[in-house]
Amino acid sequence: MLVKTTHFGEIDIKDEDIIEFDEGIVGFEDIHRYGIIKNQDSDSPFSWIQAIEKPELAFAIVDPFAIKKDYDFVLNDEYVKALEIENPSQVNVFAIVVVPEDLKKMSMNLKAPVIVNKENRKAAQVILDTDEYTVRHYIMDELQKQEV
Amino acid sequence: MLVLSRKKDQSLMIGNDIELTIIEIQGDQVKLGLKAPKNISIYRKELYLEIQEENKKAAAADVVEFDSIFKK
Repeated sequence: MLVKTTHFGEIDIKDEDIIEFDEGIVGFEDIHRYGIIKNQDSDSPFSWIQAIEKPELAFAIVDPFAIKKDYDFVLNDEYVKALEIENPSQVNVFAIVVVPEDLKKMSMNLKAPVIVNKENRKAAQVILDTDEYTVRHYIMDELQKQEV
Repeated sequence: MLVLSRKKDQSLMIGNDIELTIIEIQGDQVKLGLKAPKNISIYRKELYLEIQEENKKAAAADVVEFDSIFKK
């Protein structure tokens, strides 16, 4: 499917990369369909989700486990049901990234990850019950911790 | 906004399946008990606003070659 975007020009997004947020993303509740744009470098933990119907709306996302290896949470039943998850292997987890001017202060939201059921491509930004994570984990700091 | 007065241990119903109980009142703090179906999300409004704020910042981002800064 050809999608017009502000950031990436006109791009072809495969049907299998289109995900549907029934409830939208917090603050963007009216936008339901996004396409995943993978990084050309397949080793990169970063990718993008682009709103299908809103050319200017895109979010950078990251594989949180690549940045914080011990990231761990329990998904509430309500989400398991809403996304029709039967098996953990069906699930992809992403964290939304804020990219400020100073890239060293790039942060990811581990309190409200994006969960995608790879099989039916239903997605949701879920709010975790735990206090262990916040909406702002600095990516460079987390990577440094990893090296220690 | 609907405003109702309740005392400690009193409840109110929102629809047929959400029950809100005043558990404890101490100074300016109120402890609430909530009974609701599992498919209803309950969280503090501050958290919702915080997530909304982060998402808005994330959406405003320009596309950057942020991978380059991780390459060693």
